[in-house]
Amino acid sequence: MSFALRRSATALATRTAAPARSLHASSALHAAPSSPPPAEGFMPGIAHSKLIRSTTEAALATPDLPKAIVQAGQTTKMNLFQSVNNAMDIALGTDDTAVVFGEDVAFGGVFRCTIGLAEKYGKDRVFNTPLTEQGIAGFGIGLASAGHTAIAEIQFGDYVFPAFDQLVNEAAKFRYRSGNLFNCGGLTVRMPCNAVGHGGHYHSQSPEAYFAHTPGLKIVIPRSPIQAKGLLLAAIREKNPILFMEPKILYRAAVEQVPTGDYELPIGKAEVLKEGKDVTVVGWGSQLYVLENAIQMAEKRIPGLSCELIDLRTISPWDSETIIKSVNKTGRLVIAHEAPLTGGFAAEIASTVQDKCFLRLEAPVQRVCGWDTPFPLIFEKFYVPDMVRCYEGIRRAIEY
Amino acid sequence: MLRSLAATVRTAASPVNAARPRATAAAASLGASVSHRRWVSSSVLSAATAAPDASAPVTADSDTFPRFPGALNSQYTSHLALIQQEGVLPTYRVLDKDGELVDASQDPHVDQAWCVNAYQHMLTLNAMDLILYEAQRQGRISFYMTSYGEEATHMGSAAALSADDVVLGQYREAGVLMYRGFTIDEFMNQCYSNALDYGKGRQMPVHYGSAKHNFQTISSPLGTQLPQAVGVAYALKRAAKPNVAICYFGEGAASEGDFHAALNMASTTKAPVIFFCRNNGFAISTPVSDQYAGDGIAARGVGYGMATIRVDGNDVFAVYNATRAAREYAVRESKPVLVEAMTYRVSHHSTSDDSSAYRSKREVEDWKVRDNPVARFRKYMESRGWWDQAQEDAFKKDVRKRVLKSFAKAETVEKPALAELFTDVYEELTPILKQQQEELHELMKAHPDHYSTAGYKQ
Repeated sequence: MSFALRRSATALATRTAAPARSLHASSALHAAPSSPPPAEGFMPGIAHSKLIRSTTEAALATPDLPKAIVQAGQTTKMNLFQSVNNAMDIALGTDDTAVVFGEDVAFGGVFRCTIGLAEKYGKDRVFNTPLTEQGIAGFGIGLASAGHTAIAEIQFGDYVFPAFDQLVNEAAKFRYRSGNLFNCGGLTVRMPCNAVGHGGHYHSQSPEAYFAHTPGLKIVIPRSPIQAKGLLLAAIREKNPILFMEPKILYRAAVEQVPTGDYELPIGKAEVLKEGKDVTVVGWGSQLYVLENAIQMAEKRIPGLSCELIDLRTISPWDSETIIKSVNKTGRLVIAHEAPLTGGFAAEIASTVQDKCFLRLEAPVQRVCGWDTPFPLIFEKFYVPDMVRCYEGIRRAIEY
Repeated sequence: MLRSLAATVRTAASPVNAARPRATAAAASLGASVSHRRWVSSSVLSAATAAPDASAPVTADSDTFPRFPGALNSQYTSHLALIQQEGVLPTYRVLDKDGELVDASQDPHVDQAWCVNAYQHMLTLNAMDLILYEAQRQGRISFYMTSYGEEATHMGSAAALSADDVVLGQYREAGVLMYRGFTIDEFMNQCYSNALDYGKGRQMPVHYGSAKHNFQTISSPLGTQLPQAVGVAYALKRAAKPNVAICYFGEGAASEGDFHAALNMASTTKAPVIFFCRNNGFAISTPVSDQYAGDGIAARGVGYGMATIRVDGNDVFAVYNATRAAREYAVRESKPVLVEAMTYRVSHHSTSDDSSAYRSKREVEDWKVRDNPVARFRKYMESRGWWDQAQEDAFKKDVRKRVLKSFAKAETVEKPALAELFTDVYEELTPILKQQQEELHELMKAHPDHYSTAGYKQ
């Protein structure tokens, strides 16, 4: 896909002046080399997204918000790291047993998610650990097993693997193997994930599929600040060990008016972001903004087309009921994720949908995913399921 | 007693020639291209590191101290030396092989009731091990692990703990759980995976757990309990409880990454945790010479900035005294302690192992005769007139009867209800689990000859 073609396609899709930089952050690598790319990357498409609730009114219309929060009517402009910070602040403030720990969290964290918390709650509650993910996970399990609330941070999802044994063999099985004598439900493990424009192999991974295969763990992936705050608070308070995977590119790029009060959003429940009748499009996290643009492109190029966009939100246990209901309506399904195609979570969704919606399907389920390679640096823009590739997936489903 | 014992703990690291001056003198020795630093006692270390202050301005003494943040109190030296540990950490003991007190000052001052109780628990453990090992051989249970040779590590340490301390075991600590009050019935139920098993039949035999005894459920992966114990200890500290977490593990499990992560984190987070290593010489067939090249596990504790002691694990009083001192230190200082209990694994690794494949039966028999923790303890009690052959025979006869009765009973209890296959994966039953449970139900209805819940709680 040539750069020029993508740019013109973008202009067509969004109908706004295309930003000086292309829609994919990694092309900034080819721009003037004077300044380094921002650590959190950037995601130009999100600036014009209708999925972002940038007014108080829009924010308070978020589905599943508690009535008291809507009535209180208070919101503040926050980006994703601020909303995550806010959620942890509330958790620490409402639960004396809650502690936050991980590498570099004391000074505020490499993505600023823990800024101000150590000063406010003390070094015994917000503290650095040595550089050991298996230690962080094991320590968190122990804390939670003693009935305390353990909010662990893994610095990058790419580094969660030393903790794999603790999470899969211990945390996931803690309650089951003990016959419910013991549990580590108070454990939440947060980690930044996904493409950031320049992350390469080890700062871009989406590890959800590895853990989705493990009964006993839950996995939540928020798409925006309002979602992140509510889902994280729910995750912290739920009595199950939960992995909370934050798309790092959204830390600064996603900005919303976020309700300031204490609220939770439902885990295990997908959200229909845009209703449509012809094709169901499913994604999570930052991919939703790419899908939004792909849908805009498709609906422009295929007059009369109406796409339904769903944010899965919880990968495990996933809301198959909402997806199946949607596909039974539309007859077509497209799923997109950055993680590699083979064994990726789209495979699970596709498999269940072909089982439950077999006779209704008008086309094979389309999976638009990262290629089956390690995440490449210089080739990122060719690797990720970008707007055009997602558009192609929708087109294939429609034209089958 | 405890204070002198604690002092012994502090200086235990010093070798026999404790009178020699500090490291600098040793480093000044000339001639050798490889110099040996003497093992500096931790009291010397703690004096030297009394008040490190990274933010303090570098003093005029900066010719002596580089004051790198990574080793604030290290001094410059012009002596090129590849340092190695000199000597071997000593092994603390109280009773000799004949059950006599070696040093009266180390007498734990426990009474007859204490001794008889601990001893009888050893005999009960042996009796239960005998019956359940045979049960596996007869196909009645699928798997078992015995604790022969390590009875003193169990009872000595368990006796030093309080009920509110939290125990995280590896798999060869049944005696600890027994001492804390787990009944023979409860052991049997778990081994038989029946409906009375607290674990609801989900795990292999010997994977015991008991919330009321603060004994976390055993899991098969090795070493995972170590960083968890640090988290438990940290929670106890945060809740201002005067308690410790204690985790048990073998010298083999101490090679796992989790061991290093745990000791390091326990030191930096100042967690009141006792790391109790049962160094029994084998990890299945792997002898210690294939497991490590350093001075056992104890030497690692010092490396992590931790108070450490090596004890004679076959000496119930040594284990008791050391665990008491470790516990008292951990609670008072809110710092971790490493206890390495040296012992010998008389048992095969498990019922899946025949250790004659890698060690001579002669070696095992030799240990049973030469250094038997149960026999040493018995000799002590007999010398005090607290036990005799008649009581031994009577108790052994009675405990065997009780174990057999419990065994017969456990065998007749039905298995847990099939619904327990799907519960406790999460706090709540998720939609997909409900669907799968329904699917299994339908399958069983369609093929009743193939699937039956006879023998399972209905």
